Amino acid sequence: MSVWTVVEHRAGAMRDVTADLLARAGGLDAGPVTAVVLAGPGEADGLVSGLPPGAHRVAVAEHPDLAGFNGAAWAAVLAALARREVPAVILGAHSAAGADWAPALAALLDAPVVTDAVDLAWEDGALTAQRSVYGGKLHARVRLAPASTTVATVRPGGADAPLPAGTAAVDRVEVQVPSGLGKRFVEWVQEAAGSVDIAQADVLVSVGRGIGDAESVEVAEALAEALGATVSCSRPVVDLGWLPKERQVGVSGKTVKPKVYLALGISGAFQHVTAMKDAGCIIAVNKDPKAPIFRTAHYGIVGDLFKVVPALIKAVREARGTA
Amino acid sequence: MNLAVFVKQVPDTAEADLVVAADGRSVRTGDAPLQLNEWDRFALEEAVLWKERTGGALTAFLVGPEEHEDALRRCLAVGADRAVRVWDPALPGQGPCAVARVLRAAVGDEPYDLFLCGAQAADDGFGLVGPLLAGELGIPSATLVNRLELQDGRVRCTRELEAGWGEVVDLDLPALVTIQTGINEPRYVSILGIRKARKKPIDLLGLGDVGLDDRRVGEAGSRLRVEAFAPPPAGREAEFLEGPPDAVARQVVDLLREKGGVL
Repeated sequence: MSVWTVVEHRAGAMRDVTADLLARAGGLDAGPVTAVVLAGPGEADGLVSGLPPGAHRVAVAEHPDLAGFNGAAWAAVLAALARREVPAVILGAHSAAGADWAPALAALLDAPVVTDAVDLAWEDGALTAQRSVYGGKLHARVRLAPASTTVATVRPGGADAPLPAGTAAVDRVEVQVPSGLGKRFVEWVQEAAGSVDIAQADVLVSVGRGIGDAESVEVAEALAEALGATVSCSRPVVDLGWLPKERQVGVSGKTVKPKVYLALGISGAFQHVTAMKDAGCIIAVNKDPKAPIFRTAHYGIVGDLFKVVPALIKAVREARGTA
Repeated sequence: MNLAVFVKQVPDTAEADLVVAADGRSVRTGDAPLQLNEWDRFALEEAVLWKERTGGALTAFLVGPEEHEDALRRCLAVGADRAVRVWDPALPGQGPCAVARVLRAAVGDEPYDLFLCGAQAADDGFGLVGPLLAGELGIPSATLVNRLELQDGRVRCTRELEAGWGEVVDLDLPALVTIQTGINEPRYVSILGIRKARKKPIDLLGLGDVGLDDRRVGEAGSRLRVEAFAPPPAGREAEFLEGPPDAVARQVVDLLREKGGVL
């Protein structure tokens, strides 16, 4: 019995979540941990040398079709290796990459699969997972059916530091990528830098969907001006076109760590919270007392932001003597 | 293009007061309104845009009880030509892999060029039905797509990754894509439009109609069982500031000075 962790990397660089994965894999107690590195020709050595601790063995597969990222090619290679070695669990990140290869792998292996687990346990030969559901308002414990191999992805962050497992032997494995996958990697793209870098701001006034409409963003802008702060936002505000993408705090946008983060009408989805939870002082205003943001904020105000924010603008101006 | 879109009706979780039922395994959503899943709104809009651009046809699919039919009415109101709802007493409690199997069976032999799903559902958030359905169909897929271009016999997809990164992949058709929010601007649908769509028929299929037996679906076919729902474990619980807005504002100013080192 063994546990595989699929090493997450992008454009030649290891991604932080790999350390989480190795820690989770070791903590499962379902056998020794193999770190699987899938990479294009010549890419693997750098990744192997930068591998976080926790693996007993490293399996390395290089192939031209594994260059860049192609979830179908990753799934095909992992499926072929898994049929040979039959690991009990194949663990990946709940990331953009994991969201692509893990379901495809489960489909190929006809394996039970769970995604976005915040915690995993191996009990009586089957995997159980804690998942955050309904926008973070509830947790669900799910049990997967026993199977020769189970596929799981875990939410980045929250794992303990991995224990060093000693020197890991590195196996180079020969792999074939089937032709006719119908999917080809073309290129990486990166957002052009905008005119504002919200990651540099000491104070962020951040708005969520609760701001209601595009015009009301002015309320937050007025507060930001009074405070000498910068306006940022959560994803729905960008999706709705109320603010540009460069203002987005979140997994797909910017990670920020200001001294003060004022969250106005932000529910607190994981994708947002994970990118601002390390701010020095988080103050949230939301009309829903059960909003998940109050589990991350240091201070909470349950109420109508259109009453609280004007009062706050006034109080800030008085404090600054600019009233 | 012959297009298929797969949708789900979910409670509005932002407003929902969720109560775990006595059995611990189901959730009562109180009076929270049901709505078309956020990601599916964008998938539907993308499907309608491609229907309009290519002069094709669009079929909308949903697995769910009758009270979820409004999601299909919305699809019909914005441009779907046909709607199919699959339901059976054996289906409640099933996980994503069983849903994918049911949808695969409902698609049948119809030759669709492009299948679209939302990248995830707002309630259980697995993000599995789309790629598992692609597996069932034996066609290539791309998840988290935030840009889609059609190029002679294939689709060029930009996938949204983390921290401002994207990935461009090509898929040969037929293919399945799961759509990320923000890819387009979903059109406004008036109540009148939805009401008019009530006149359009919705095909109702049972398990027998799609040729599945109940061991392959429902909880039995899911190989994933929700054992218990519970409130999330304690996090950093906020200290709540109380009082009228002026008093709360003064407390915030004090915090900004003392804790934030600003002002």
